[in-house]
Amino acid sequence: MRLLLRHVRPEQLRELTLVLIIIAVAAFFATQIDDFVSARTFTRISTSVAVIAVVAVGQTLVVLTRNIDLSVGSIVGLVAYFAGTMLSNDPTIPAPVIISISIVIGASLGAVNGLLVAYGRVPAIVTTLGTLALYRVALVELSGARTVTTDALPAWMLDLPRVTLLSLGAVDVRPLVVLAVAIAVVFQLGLRYLPFGRRLFAIGSNPDAARVAGFPVQRDIFATFVMSGALAGLAGFMFLARFGNITVTAGQGLELQVVAAVVVGGVNIFGGVGSIIGALLGATLIDLLQQSLIRWLEVSEFLRDAILGLLILLAVASDKVIIGRLRTLWIRERRRSQDSAELSGGVARRG
Amino acid sequence: MAELRSRLQSWEGLLLVILVIVMGLNALAAPGYLTAQNQINLFQLSVEKAIVVLIMTFVIVSGEIDLSVASVMGLAAVVVAWSTSQGVPTEAAIVIALAVGGLCGLVNGFWIAIVGLPSLAVTLAGLIGYRGLARVLIEDRSIGGFPDWFESLGQRPFIGPLPLALVVFAVMAVGATVLLRSSGFGRYVYVLGNNIQAARFSGVRIARLRLAIFTLSGLIAAIAGVLLAARLGAVRGSTAEGFELDIITIVLLGGVSIFGGRGTMSGVILSILLILNLRNGLGLANVTGNTQTGVIGVLLILSVLVPNLVGAARSRFAREEPVVLTSPGMTQVD
Repeated sequence: MRLLLRHVRPEQLRELTLVLIIIAVAAFFATQIDDFVSARTFTRISTSVAVIAVVAVGQTLVVLTRNIDLSVGSIVGLVAYFAGTMLSNDPTIPAPVIISISIVIGASLGAVNGLLVAYGRVPAIVTTLGTLALYRVALVELSGARTVTTDALPAWMLDLPRVTLLSLGAVDVRPLVVLAVAIAVVFQLGLRYLPFGRRLFAIGSNPDAARVAGFPVQRDIFATFVMSGALAGLAGFMFLARFGNITVTAGQGLELQVVAAVVVGGVNIFGGVGSIIGALLGATLIDLLQQSLIRWLEVSEFLRDAILGLLILLAVASDKVIIGRLRTLWIRERRRSQDSAELSGGVARRG
Repeated sequence: MAELRSRLQSWEGLLLVILVIVMGLNALAAPGYLTAQNQINLFQLSVEKAIVVLIMTFVIVSGEIDLSVASVMGLAAVVVAWSTSQGVPTEAAIVIALAVGGLCGLVNGFWIAIVGLPSLAVTLAGLIGYRGLARVLIEDRSIGGFPDWFESLGQRPFIGPLPLALVVFAVMAVGATVLLRSSGFGRYVYVLGNNIQAARFSGVRIARLRLAIFTLSGLIAAIAGVLLAARLGAVRGSTAEGFELDIITIVLLGGVSIFGGRGTMSGVILSILLILNLRNGLGLANVTGNTQTGVIGVLLILSVLVPNLVGAARSRFAREEPVVLTSPGMTQVD
């Protein structure tokens, strides 16, 4: 145990545990459900995680700074509808253009959130609860209750979720999945190695200290909301590609799935602790559990939400009780090894 | 005179002025708007939210938030309808529903007060989970078929021209005002929201207080849910969905600080009247319910943004340090 603590930080332990839980859950259901271990199961779960994961990356950035973005579900719906309508009206619009438009719309909606939170000093929960309603209202008004249907969309769009980018044995990997993983990796690296990424941790750990230290706290918080919006916009495009039919309720309740993924993935709701890989694992675990339980118990899909609520609670509670204790142990262990290094005449290293 | 002026310059005074303007405009647009019967009819359409607003004021003043109230309302309504459809007498079904609501609140309170988790996360889980439980019971059906006495409680006058829900609201509003302003419990709620360290050192039993607030929140949300079921006469899985937006907006617009410790019940009651009259006025002007929700969203943001900007401007004018609110986003437990 002590050896383990010396080499692994508590947060990494969290991710390791998540991986083990995911494997255990998958192994359990493999014995319970016929045909569970199949390429089809992988495809189904991975494509449904992809949309959630992209939004969860943005949410992680926001939550790290001790804020929250509840408006992402409405942004996804609004962008999916808008992009769908544009493509239906003019199917010749090339893919890169429509993707850029999706991202720009999402980023501007996120910028509204960011302005209010960072510069207007309106708490994030209030701001995004308000814009959650506002963006949805905008969608209902703009659409006039019309829906986007698959048959109006260009062929490349319809093929996008179905084509296979590469096959590993029998397992097909879809482009949307590759996109989501690539985004997660890029942002994880940025969070870890860029000064901007490191500042987010500092802001979330102690906003006052970060301000006193001269960090551009307002600008950074603004930037996280813009990124969260931009990623939600991209997810809106992916949502359109995946479902094709977009009604005014598209993406409703998605914010809850995303916050659940982030929290289950070990991102502390009080900011300062967490990783994007964790959020990705959290999203995977939730989807795996939900889809498998429904197939296993053959219960109605209405159980989904009850499971989700319970998972969030367990994740936050275990965070507080287990990880908190581990962190104390870890700090004590680090101190002890430093002290013994000093005693034995080695160079005293601190920090 | 000076007292009157300072009264009018307060947040409550501002709300009162806006309320009078909105009611005046509505009365001009629709003759007969100001008759007592019309006001009662209008109030009845949102009275369940107004009831939950009263307890939400306690929650927010204590520095916490309860996002799960609308789901508890829905769950209580579903429990009444489902139990009745299973052959349980409606009287017993009401008791079960209230017990379920109180239990939901107790569960929230346990995680927040005893384990020490942030209320935002716990009640977000509650928002999803309790709604999920309601959906498990009712799936995508709509259950009605209440006995006549139950539906008439929700729809017919109970005392004089007032329906039961309005009587309940009136009694609770008086009780809540006295409790928050003049009781030891109310003072403790302010102390807790203002300065948790001070509360701890002055011997406030913080865990017990928090547990009581959240259990009450669940119980009162359940009462509101049962009243809603009686008024609607049929319950669906989506009953009361999204009500938390209106409820929290009304509390914040009433001058209660999202950071806790500040706000008055009179401001909140004025804010209830204002929002109801505003919605009705927008309805009179042929604005759809959807756009009304948008207006509520804007109001929610403005009710915090405007005092912030005014505060910042005032402190700049006075060449003082600007007021810096620590940790925008949520209240920290512990």
